[in-house]
Amino acid sequence: MSKFKKKKSGALPAISTASLPDIVFMLLFFFMVATVMRQNTLMIENNLPFADQVEKLDKKDLVMYIYAGKPSDNYKQYGTEAKIQLNDKFADVNEIAAFIAAERASKREELIPFLTTALKVDSDANMGLIGDIKQELRKVNALKINYTTKKGSVLGNN
Amino acid sequence: MAKRAAPEVNAGSMADIAFLLLIFFLVTTTIEVDSGINRKLPPMEESEDNVIIKQKNIFTVLLNGKDQLLVEDELMELKDLRAAAIEFLDNGGDGSCDYCSGKKDPASSDNPDKAIISLKNERETTYKTYIAVQNELVAAYNVLRDQRAKKLYGTSFSEMEANYKDVNWPGNKDKLKEKIDRIKTEYPQKLSEVQ
Repeated sequence: MSKFKKKKSGALPAISTASLPDIVFMLLFFFMVATVMRQNTLMIENNLPFADQVEKLDKKDLVMYIYAGKPSDNYKQYGTEAKIQLNDKFADVNEIAAFIAAERASKREELIPFLTTALKVDSDANMGLIGDIKQELRKVNALKINYTTKKGSVLGNN
Repeated sequence: MAKRAAPEVNAGSMADIAFLLLIFFLVTTTIEVDSGINRKLPPMEESEDNVIIKQKNIFTVLLNGKDQLLVEDELMELKDLRAAAIEFLDNGGDGSCDYCSGKKDPASSDNPDKAIISLKNERETTYKTYIAVQNELVAAYNVLRDQRAKKLYGTSFSEMEANYKDVNWPGNKDKLKEKIDRIKTEYPQKLSEVQ
């Protein structure tokens, strides 16, 4: 009789976790490859606008970054008006010329004509500030600029 | 000699180590945006000799402080801007442009070489609207160039440019450059910004 009365153990069998390291490693490699360490700590809100006619910026070492946007929550004491950030600190419009000069000095001379200025500006900033930046860039003859945008439909901007 | 098997290394904690690294990379990852709209600023010293440009060759786009769009003195929605710009650029009013497919309206631009888009914005305009407008205007040029490239060479202009940049592309680069330059001179990007 005992043949039919085999007692089923109520507990579920343990799931084998032998392949867990493989899965984790897979994720790990993905993130290791996709990671770009940030050069600058952002002190501003930097929610880039969308555009679809974008070109890729190649040659990362030939790009100078200018950030702008309103100070983020940790830096409320600087007000709510959009500000420029160069390297790791807030800057005034007239400091851009010095920044460009410093960036140029750090590059090899024959590469200077290929330098591009990438403007990473928050979508809610207003154009007055951008106009001032552009005017400054024209003064120091840094004419190649790139409005950094996320890829997507422009209608996503609103 | 007794053959001794190497003792097995316990790999039980491998998952923990991998998790530790994984969490570190998860936290530090910021996927950087590295694409955008390339523009060239006009040089500072301006030639003072005033070139006379006919009013009909200028396509004025005005963005006011409330992000409203005024195109050729008429209010316009953003979605209609691209089509309007294409119509203006591809008009070919004086008949000198044999590749234009526009309406040949004498009241609009003479040919794509003379047609200028003038963009003016106010200080209060928000950046996202400005980028949207820039994007639409660049798109208008790209559409026309693509059209022309398809007609002449059977591929789109953006593909040609991608091939030109690609180091592994097997074709003749000099010829491709010639083709690209031809299209660029047929539809030059004349987008001026008023300060």
